[in-house]
Amino acid sequence: MVEEIIRIENLTKRYISGIIKQKETYGALDVSFDIKRGEILSLVGESGSGKSTVANMILRLLKPTMGNIILLGKNIKEYKIKKYYENVQGIFQDPYSSYNFFYKVDHVLNQAISHSLSWVDIAEKERIISNTLEIVGLRGTETLGRFPHQLSGGQLQRILLARCLLFKPRLLIADEPTSMVDACARAEILNLLKKLKDKSGISVLFITHDIGQAQYISDRVIVMKKGEIVERGPTNDVFLNPKNDYTQNLLASVPSIYRKWA
Amino acid sequence: MAELVLKVEDIKGYYKGSFGTVHAVDGVTFDIYKGDILAIAGESGCGKSSLAELLTGSPMPMLHYESGQVTVNEIPIYIPKPEDKSKLGKWRKEQEKLSNQTRKDVLCKIIGYVPQSSQDSLNPVKKIRKFILDVMKQRVGTKPKKQIKRSKEDIKYDTLDGQKVRINFKEEVLTRVREHLEKLGLSGDVLGRYPHELSGGMKQRIVIGISTLWNPLILIADEPTSALDVTTQKILIETFMHLREMGIVETIVYISHDIPTLAQICNKCIVMYAGKLVEFNSMDNIIHSPLHPYSQGLIHSIASFNPDGSAETDLNSIPGRPPNLRDPPEGCRFYDRCNQRMDICKEEYPPFFSPNGNDSSRVACWLYKK
Repeated sequence: MVEEIIRIENLTKRYISGIIKQKETYGALDVSFDIKRGEILSLVGESGSGKSTVANMILRLLKPTMGNIILLGKNIKEYKIKKYYENVQGIFQDPYSSYNFFYKVDHVLNQAISHSLSWVDIAEKERIISNTLEIVGLRGTETLGRFPHQLSGGQLQRILLARCLLFKPRLLIADEPTSMVDACARAEILNLLKKLKDKSGISVLFITHDIGQAQYISDRVIVMKKGEIVERGPTNDVFLNPKNDYTQNLLASVPSIYRKWA
Repeated sequence: MAELVLKVEDIKGYYKGSFGTVHAVDGVTFDIYKGDILAIAGESGCGKSSLAELLTGSPMPMLHYESGQVTVNEIPIYIPKPEDKSKLGKWRKEQEKLSNQTRKDVLCKIIGYVPQSSQDSLNPVKKIRKFILDVMKQRVGTKPKKQIKRSKEDIKYDTLDGQKVRINFKEEVLTRVREHLEKLGLSGDVLGRYPHELSGGMKQRIVIGISTLWNPLILIADEPTSALDVTTQKILIETFMHLREMGIVETIVYISHDIPTLAQICNKCIVMYAGKLVEFNSMDNIIHSPLHPYSQGLIHSIASFNPDGSAETDLNSIPGRPPNLRDPPEGCRFYDRCNQRMDICKEEYPPFFSPNGNDSSRVACWLYKK
């Protein structure tokens, strides 16, 4: 039996607009799924389908209107914030906006380490940081002591990933981590997530609009449309034999280098 | 032999400012024939958009024309820069005059240019109809009016959408515009709407519609699909195909970093790296048998959707980052990241070789030296 990391039950986010004549919109409607240990689950869908809403609710950045999120068998409302973020970490779309441009890139790493390992001495901290950077394929001499503008988007994104790893999280929420990164650095991040899954057993919730990346990286996929799940299953089942009309339509319009539209 | 539409000869354009001189486009040569759909591919910062701006004859303020020539339909759009520094002032005035002339005669009528994220430049407080009439005013000189007194103003004629129109008659112009937008798959009532009432794909199609009103010979589209969903993207690409079938635009230059999209519509492809053209080839060859080590790396780093799931290959990325274009290296610009580098690559920039023996494929790499 594979350990279940997170279970999401009937998660709903409702937005109400208007004062007199109220209008309801659902950011997410009745979303349920679970992620097992060492599994990459992809959420795919077009813009406005509620992928990021779900991610933000799991990261406790948005309060769900209804539904439960159960992490390691305990409802997330029972967790203390600090304890929760030791288990769940996230990386986002825009690596540039995650840094303060007045500080060197070490700043994010030092802040993270002083939260999680505040008792160890400085030499030990430095060793941990350089080890973690090695995991994400960076050398400390190339990146530490530099400012964000001196590094490329791919490098910045990998440093943020290293920051997440300092907490040794069980679940990583990757919200379109590759869309602001150059095409040739994209593969590096995807391969890195795969490696983390295999070696450290981290579970990943990978959110993307790029079907190709989802197909490459994930074990299971969930297709969302307007806040609702329309199709779910193992990657190849969904992408090679889609059952739902919407999924079929979506897959037919994906540009691919392996086929041409008639 | 197909008709030559655009000839680009060793064009150079540098960004100049307090930050120094950035060699953004550094000697690019290629030809476009009638009926071609040419893709310009490359990672961000390689000079794709700068090249497109140079092709239109009026690059943005920071980008300066340096040398080379662009010939559109046998009209040269640059005056070569004199070597004598004392003549620079005179040259600058002449070039300005020519640019203004180009903007009037060539832009829209011979070259249609859709800049990057131009769908966001529609005026939010004006209806689309008014916006288009403003464009008319820019192009023609007088704003189309409801009624004109024949004695006061002369009637001007122009060809819109392949038909002769009295350009200063508002109703006549708008009918033509409405028909033109209908050809692009938009309903006629978009003219009466504000930009915020339209979806991203519709806005993009309106912008393309405005750029093709005069049925230009060649359309340059800079990342038209990058901000759109896959389904909208498909509709837009079908619009481009439709434009060709209807004979509105026959030649298209399509700039994108998204190679799967380029593969759908283009027949020829240029791969750029750090301001230089590294490979010119047919689109199929770029995907299935790329020649330059950079093109190979680029193709191998794409996670593309595979509808039959057969070719499950590992992705590889290119290590390192492009050189600083303020001070580009003497030799091959890909030297630091190349896995097949040789000693000669560091010293000398490679000329173009044609490994297939004909002119249809050219590659700037010493590996193909015979």
